[in-house]
Amino acid sequence: MTATPAAAPRFEMRGIRKAFGATIALDGVDLSVAEGEICGLIGQNGAGKSTLMSILSGALQPDAGQIAIDGHPFVPESPHDARRAGIAMIYQELSLAPHMTVMENIMMGAEPMRFGLVDWPCMRDMAARALGELGHDDIPPDAIVGSLSVAAQQLVEIARALAVGCRVLVLDEPTSSLGRADVEHLFALLRHLKTQGHAIVYISHFIEEVKSVADRFIVLRDGRNAGGGTTKDATHDHIVALMVGRSVGDLFPRTQRTRGEAILEVTALEPGSATFTLHRGEIFGIAGVLGSGRTRLLRTLFGLEPVRSGRVRVGVYSGAARPHERWGQGMGLLSEDRKEEGLASALDIADNLTMSKLSPFGPAGLLSPSRQRAAASRWISELEIKCAGPAQKTEELSGGNQQKIAIGRLLHHDVDILVLDEPTRGIDVGSKAQIYRLIDALVADAPGRKPRAVLMVSSYLPELLGLCDRIAVMQRGRLGEAIPAASLSEHELMMAATGGAPGA
Amino acid sequence: MTTRSLVERTGTFFGLVLVAMIFGALVGPQFFAPTNLELMARQMAIVSIAAVGMTIVIVAGGIDLSVGSMIALCTVVIAQLLRMDASPFLAALAAIATAALCGLINGVLITQLRVVPFIVTLGTMLVIRGAAKGLAEERRIEAPATWLNDLLRVTRGETLLPSGIWAVITLAVLVAAMLRYTRFGRHVFAIGSNERMARLCGVAITRTKVIVYALSAAFVGFAGLLQFSKLSVGDPTVSVGLELDVIAAVIIGGGSLSGGRGTVAGTLIGAAIMTIIQVGCSQKGLANWVQQIVTGCIIVAAVALDRIRSAHGTGT
Repeated sequence: MTATPAAAPRFEMRGIRKAFGATIALDGVDLSVAEGEICGLIGQNGAGKSTLMSILSGALQPDAGQIAIDGHPFVPESPHDARRAGIAMIYQELSLAPHMTVMENIMMGAEPMRFGLVDWPCMRDMAARALGELGHDDIPPDAIVGSLSVAAQQLVEIARALAVGCRVLVLDEPTSSLGRADVEHLFALLRHLKTQGHAIVYISHFIEEVKSVADRFIVLRDGRNAGGGTTKDATHDHIVALMVGRSVGDLFPRTQRTRGEAILEVTALEPGSATFTLHRGEIFGIAGVLGSGRTRLLRTLFGLEPVRSGRVRVGVYSGAARPHERWGQGMGLLSEDRKEEGLASALDIADNLTMSKLSPFGPAGLLSPSRQRAAASRWISELEIKCAGPAQKTEELSGGNQQKIAIGRLLHHDVDILVLDEPTRGIDVGSKAQIYRLIDALVADAPGRKPRAVLMVSSYLPELLGLCDRIAVMQRGRLGEAIPAASLSEHELMMAATGGAPGA
Repeated sequence: MTTRSLVERTGTFFGLVLVAMIFGALVGPQFFAPTNLELMARQMAIVSIAAVGMTIVIVAGGIDLSVGSMIALCTVVIAQLLRMDASPFLAALAAIATAALCGLINGVLITQLRVVPFIVTLGTMLVIRGAAKGLAEERRIEAPATWLNDLLRVTRGETLLPSGIWAVITLAVLVAAMLRYTRFGRHVFAIGSNERMARLCGVAITRTKVIVYALSAAFVGFAGLLQFSKLSVGDPTVSVGLELDVIAAVIIGGGSLSGGRGTVAGTLIGAAIMTIIQVGCSQKGLANWVQQIVTGCIIVAAVALDRIRSAHGTGT
């Protein structure tokens, strides 16, 4: 359980605290990494990894705690400060200018100048040297970055960090879009950089990767240090136990459910390699880490992305369909991306709630705003949405209330199959509990209405275990077999989702 | 109506009152004389009706730069048909249909080629201008005088305003109602506000966009008819750059080039503000360059004020 390295730390974070409103994201977290060391940072989604790294990189300011670099106090006020202090972040989403050349990207902001003009030969030399140091002189400095593979682009990004003298590298899920061979190359490079004295923080969902590349690991759970140690002494099992750490609470109601007829049948669907059946009166969960292809599977089912092969049957309808046909067949999708896709933030609540089905509000293409608002008002009171009224714009509401509007759209449309992608992402605990009750009520036995069916994706495992009847794990683009949730523990589910061996 | 939208609406209206008062003070009370007001109404009719159409396009998150060229083509079409002894009514209808067809082509190109509206309509702006010049053989086309020339004139038997202006008012009311009281109107807002959300909700995006461009162009066709009425000849070189005035009217009126925002009432107020500046400056004897500087400042100020206001609104 060592939170400190053996050698003198290159950087050290002590007692870092950060709250966003009422939510405490970090509560006294320690992290330090020595020169010539790779430290794995592990934790479930929402454990505080990215908040911690945002603080190190100056994008966020901590409420309490100290940071020191080489023993000197360091208070970054912007990413630029951190960069000057030698801290480089390599995110999943690379921050390169795709239309510019490799050398321009590497030397960006530090272009060699001569008589006030860019010294191109010198720039080419410097870029080539930076790439050579990485053992990748196969990447031509004149190539356009957008034409390179993702792996090569990642190298360019690392080369840029090193060219401006960064000594601390933070890599956030660097392998999520790499093939096996590229992952090995990246690991070899990281080990090489380690011998040069760089301090590296490696963030990953894949425990095996961390065990393979890192010397030490730190686990965060609910914004605190949950433990850590040297990777060679820790088993996969032990690390998962630290990540999970607690049992499923009573947050999840479960009223009497009766499994009814099969309402959605998916056979060998590509992308996703998915085969499963969803019944009325059932919640079917899909577990999997970010980038495992779970969102893509849901979008393909709903017709937002093309079906490559396989069969889908929704009720009595067979075959692929476009979104408006899916709505007509009684299927609705809740997008994982509330801001970019789920809601139109500049429109009012009534429009957002009812957009998929405006036909009840008037004959022949006409629409009575008062009837639309009346319908919206009913959902506002039913779902306890806190707002000024149906004419308020959704951008003014809290995340939890926005999410209730997005779910309310499926209820307004009165669909039989609710496809929910991360139904509680980024919302407060109160709204979460409410949404859990709502989802449970949808599939519960009720007089006068057939129970509905719910297909949901979540990266929050307790939620899946607490709500679902059956769960299947999605890993690296393939959906596994459905297992009754009652026979699963969070530990087992995490083991499966984080993958014994990558690609297995 | 929330207090916020009340502020949004009265904001533009307040601007109109302010500009009117400034020029009222500069020019004198005769600025508000009925004849002067009517003059201004005639001045703004062409931009207004095209801007009403442009409001639909901008609310849907698009833009149409081919407006000025369409107007020129319409005047030529009318003149040519009148020379061939077509009935004035038929000539007017043909002009509107021609413009609608141009808009339909814009819409199809935008949705099928997936090229942004700015580029597509930049191209068709040149194409349509060229077509107008070709059809007119690069000359002004004289046409026999008909009642079409009287659309912006008060003739005997009419009250208060010329028939063309009544038509503009009627069409503006219809479009305002369409945006608010039809499913199509709400779909236009949804597409402009968040196209991905509209797609998720099953809105027929391609069809709606094509209709938006065709419908908006039909209003431009009507603007072409009024332009012909004003000129009484077919002129392929008329209305160069008019699209910028049209877009400016929508933007001053609270429309957003990123889509999802805009009202017909705001657009008309925007057109009125620009007209007051033009007429006021010329009646005050100020040169054209002064007008242009003032109008330019107003456009930037209107949008900047709007930003400040909406930033304030979301901050609470």
